[in-house]
Amino acid sequence: MVLLVLWGVSLARPGHAADIFPTKFTTTNGMTVLVLEQHFLPIVEIHALIKAGSAQDPPEKAGLANLVASLLDEGTTTRSSRQLAEQIDFVGGSLAVQADEDFTTASARTLKKDIDLGFTLLADILQRPAFPKQEFERVRSQILGEITSDNDDPGHVAMKAFNQLVFQNHPYRWPVNGTEDTLGKITLADVQNFYAKEYLPNQVILTIVGDVTVEQATALVQTHFGSWKKGVAQPRTIKKPTVIDKKIVQLIERDLTQSTIIIGHPGISRTNPDFYAVTVMNHVLGAGGFSSRLMDTIRDKQGLAYGITSHYDGRLMPGPFWINLQTRTETTNQAINGVLAEMKAIREAPVSDQELADAKAFLMGSFPLRLDSTAKLAQVLAQVEFFGLGFDYFSQYPKWIERVTKEDVLRVAKQYLDPQHYALVVVGNIAKAKVRH
Amino acid sequence: MINSTFVIIMRTIHFPALLTALLIFGPISISLGAEPNEYTLSNGMKVLLVEVPKAPVATVQVWYKVGSRNEVMGRAGLSHMLEHMMFKGTARYPKGSFSRIIRKNGGIDNAFTGQDFTAYFENLAADRVGLALELEADRMQGLILDHNEFQTERDVVKEERRLRSEDDPQGALVEALFAHAFLSHPYHWPVIGWFADLEAMSLEDLQRHYDTFYSPNNATLVVVGDIKAETLLPTIKRLFEPIPRGPSPKQTLSPEPEQRGERRFFLKREAQVPFVMMGFRVPNYSSDDSYALDILESILSHGKSSRLYQSLVYDQKNALAVGAEYSVLQSDPGLFYFYSVVNPGAKVEGVEEAIQREIVRLQNEPPSELELQRAKNQVEAARVFEQDSNFRHAMLMGQAESVGAGWRRIDQFVERIRAVTAKDVQRVAKQYLSQDNRTIGILIPLPPPSPDLVPTAVHEGKS
Repeated sequence: MVLLVLWGVSLARPGHAADIFPTKFTTTNGMTVLVLEQHFLPIVEIHALIKAGSAQDPPEKAGLANLVASLLDEGTTTRSSRQLAEQIDFVGGSLAVQADEDFTTASARTLKKDIDLGFTLLADILQRPAFPKQEFERVRSQILGEITSDNDDPGHVAMKAFNQLVFQNHPYRWPVNGTEDTLGKITLADVQNFYAKEYLPNQVILTIVGDVTVEQATALVQTHFGSWKKGVAQPRTIKKPTVIDKKIVQLIERDLTQSTIIIGHPGISRTNPDFYAVTVMNHVLGAGGFSSRLMDTIRDKQGLAYGITSHYDGRLMPGPFWINLQTRTETTNQAINGVLAEMKAIREAPVSDQELADAKAFLMGSFPLRLDSTAKLAQVLAQVEFFGLGFDYFSQYPKWIERVTKEDVLRVAKQYLDPQHYALVVVGNIAKAKVRH
Repeated sequence: MINSTFVIIMRTIHFPALLTALLIFGPISISLGAEPNEYTLSNGMKVLLVEVPKAPVATVQVWYKVGSRNEVMGRAGLSHMLEHMMFKGTARYPKGSFSRIIRKNGGIDNAFTGQDFTAYFENLAADRVGLALELEADRMQGLILDHNEFQTERDVVKEERRLRSEDDPQGALVEALFAHAFLSHPYHWPVIGWFADLEAMSLEDLQRHYDTFYSPNNATLVVVGDIKAETLLPTIKRLFEPIPRGPSPKQTLSPEPEQRGERRFFLKREAQVPFVMMGFRVPNYSSDDSYALDILESILSHGKSSRLYQSLVYDQKNALAVGAEYSVLQSDPGLFYFYSVVNPGAKVEGVEEAIQREIVRLQNEPPSELELQRAKNQVEAARVFEQDSNFRHAMLMGQAESVGAGWRRIDQFVERIRAVTAKDVQRVAKQYLSQDNRTIGILIPLPPPSPDLVPTAVHEGKS
């Protein structure tokens, strides 16, 4: 039996806030279900978020969660890998699985007329993956190849090195897809055990967005997921990254014309109460595209880079803060100094009234753009639920941004930015760049 | 089908690395549902308005019929350089104010340049559309080209070139493929341009390009979103109709002569994995064969059940990724190309042969009815999914107009796709995917000068 606490979430509608009213219920086997009716187009997105990601990998077996996810659609007890692909392709739909640090998502997208097939295939890969030995070997060697291929991307090489410096002895240290070393240690039994422990209906948020009614969706959930057995969820520990108390520099030699530079340190979690103040501060610093300080000084005034952005990745545990750019070998030091100068400046003096007003106006005004397609809506709804933000998020977001003051921005800049203690990674022609750090 | 991954470049990066983008983005199929309201202003500007009331947002796009195909030898990259300069201000809205105004109104603005077009866009709340229109109307004629701004922006574009081509092995191979497949036609050179041409460019070149191509009669305005066409049209007329009609630039180019024999080249550079590309010169939208070519592309490369994936990735395991792309919406006949990232340890020759085997198979026997139906279903479903994003929806129409196909052809496309037979697919495979018509490029990775796996030093920085 599915469910049965059914309640609509109704919200007030202040300016800029989005009109998002999902229906939420919990099934008897513990699955959280969110339904948002959208009848403009005859399409349906069915999106499952499983609360397990690479943060649950044993360090010596990094890449396990990703390997499990990659094998879900490579054969079930009722369908072969090829049959799954043929069935979803035949209706022009898509079936996609992706592991992240904190969670894994599996989603089906179909036309309304094929909604039953979408549910059937998604339910099949989530509840009955077979993990055939030959697919395990094939997919693992495929991922190993992708890891090698990723080394052709200097940005990827730099980020991988950066995470290892910032997250020592922390679950966010290794790439989601693992390393050459750790993938080789994963056995088929590891995959089966991880699946058995982590893939439980009570660890799943199932979000359905599109041309479907709550009644239809409820019945489909019951039919396809009703018999999934509830289990005991694994305990989770929240671990903070170790504070960096010096400059750590890693220079990686490559035959390239540009230096790829990453500077950063641990940042904040998604549920940190300062999240919104940090969002405003980061927008002014380097997340605000062509209106940010970093873009203005590094690109527009000095012509040192094509793109430069600052990021705070708010995860379940504090994620990284980083600034990344590429500049020609000769200007490596100039660019690094420019970035550090901006990190210092935003900690030393309050942002201007104009900067604050512009940043807040953008963040509030652009909120609906983040929800303008079915796929985006499903993702955002699932994450709002995962992080426990509450569905008043959609009405409250503009207020939370509006409340941020200049003093807040200065305070969080001092608290969450450190231009003295950080990790710096440079990938490029190191001999010629003569990095002075 | 917009097939933009390799040839469209943006003012700033929106997509992840080249190949990732290609795999995720995938081939975009032509589709269109809500009928656009079409108008032509008194100065010749085409306007397409689509009412999509599902969310309180809209996209505004201005498409100019100018891209790298409108450049001359020695000035490759001029259109893209001008695109960057279009953000440097006018008398009314000085440097920096364009993006600032859009941003503080909750919008996002950017631009992109391709072989056939340059487009500017603003995604924003539907009630701010008028603002975007005013800014776009202003810079259609009022751009101020400043020498110092140009010097700095040229450095930015050079960084962009380093990022996309110089330091990206696959990007470098794509560039070389087009240079080999097209000898006299401007598809020969990359949209971003060559270093020497960027260096040789002058402010006068930019001014001439702007004066020639940036006029209402060479532009298409597309707005898709929560708008009302009849209330928006008067605003559009008020803002754009005062702009005088400009010159009628020559848009017809001499066709690239027929290819007589295979062309093959190698690119040797530091890299991790080999990359293979195989391009065939094919017709564009104006040919009836374009529908069968589109189905052919789908059968070969859409989804994990496609022939190329099943053969190279699944069965033979010699490729990490493989695909085929056909860009039907181009001003001039372009390329139908195959690409494959070779699995480390597998042989490049094996991958090339495996692709060739799939081509020959389709030349020797028509696809099954099931495969044909799947391909058609994929095209039809994509037609609906396409409309989930106002941006993509508008982009498709803007591109169709800019390359001369016209948005109506998009609607007809699905009907024509339904009529394609298995024999048609076999016929176009034979006619166009021939050995004499192909250009093959192979990236051969060179080992780094010093052993790559020596751990790089981690040290404490100087205080």
